[in-house]
Amino acid sequence: MLKKFADYLVFNLMSLKPETHLGEATNFFVYDTIKVFFLLSVIIFFVAIIRSYFPPEKTKRILSRKQQYIGNVFAALLGIVTPFCSCSAIPLFIGFVESGVPLGVTFSFLVSSPMINEVALVLLLGLFGWKIAFTYVGTGLVIAIISGIVIGKLKMEKYVQDYVYQVKVGDVEIVNQSFHEKIEYARDYMLGLLRKIWPYILVGIGIGGFIHGYVPSNFLVKYAGPGNPFAVPVAVLIGVPLYSNAAGTIPIVQALMGKGMPIGTVLAFMMAVTALSFPEAVILKNVLKMRLLLLFFGIVALAIVGVGYLFNAIL
Amino acid sequence: MKIEVLGMGCTNCNKLYQNAVEAVRLSGKEAEVVKVEDIQKIMSYGVMSTPALVIDGVVKVKGKVPKVEEIKELIK
Repeated sequence: MLKKFADYLVFNLMSLKPETHLGEATNFFVYDTIKVFFLLSVIIFFVAIIRSYFPPEKTKRILSRKQQYIGNVFAALLGIVTPFCSCSAIPLFIGFVESGVPLGVTFSFLVSSPMINEVALVLLLGLFGWKIAFTYVGTGLVIAIISGIVIGKLKMEKYVQDYVYQVKVGDVEIVNQSFHEKIEYARDYMLGLLRKIWPYILVGIGIGGFIHGYVPSNFLVKYAGPGNPFAVPVAVLIGVPLYSNAAGTIPIVQALMGKGMPIGTVLAFMMAVTALSFPEAVILKNVLKMRLLLLFFGIVALAIVGVGYLFNAIL
Repeated sequence: MKIEVLGMGCTNCNKLYQNAVEAVRLSGKEAEVVKVEDIQKIMSYGVMSTPALVIDGVVKVKGKVPKVEEIKELIK
């Protein structure tokens, strides 16, 4: 139905020709924009409601009773539903460590939480379909669990900034919101998020539409195809400075995939965008000594590159 | 009355601070609004998501930016 509407709008009302570059690009832009904003509004609203049941204080309480391995699995899963913003990363980290959550388990959370975020999820579902969206979530969880276990095994506790262990965390009661308050919170959260990301999405879809209409298909096979062993690490390097801006990058990546960028490279790139970010590194420097910070980013980056190669090889 | 805004200098923390100042001004109450940026102090309130709003030592809001109206209700 949406497709028909976009076709009608672009080809009839705007009288652009379907087989022209401009027609193709505009049609792509209109269709994707409507679809993405519709999905964003609905899904973010429901995700916000689910999240209101998992405040970080509760997640902390659950994780502080878990051992390694099972704790890593729980942490990665809870990372999806616990609201997280990099500005809260420090209190969250200290809160976890102080309450006895093992370091490796804490890191599983720190990997999965930004990587599997609602905006990325919506855009993946809307633009790539559920198969790729689920592959992304599944491999994201695996990376979070494994990175956490590895960091746990390496006994890095002494590379946490010393003051972290001295902080006394006060008790705060978890206030139970009424259902009405949850709805209100979800609505505000959705509107606030949309207000923040809509320009990036429009620009992203705009560039995507341009690529879709003007760049010859298979253009990227030569540069980013499975034949080029450097494509995956280069994609990861490009992804790091994009600051978790999934909103702007995912529509572009979707268009690139249509031009021959293979799925492994696509996944690796998106994971680098969401999970590895400079601002987050700067913030985490407050609680981690350099060695642990580098190790953390190194392990996650390696795992992401590994995922890229794996999917390029098997699909 | 003492109103504390907990947060380590992020955009949302500044927004919350401004909202709190505005709420105090509109309500005409005598209240001191201060920013708390020291992590030890923030953690002593048990808060894990910033920004947070503390009124007379009690955590009232955390992890979101309440509107001016909401803060006015809280300080009434």
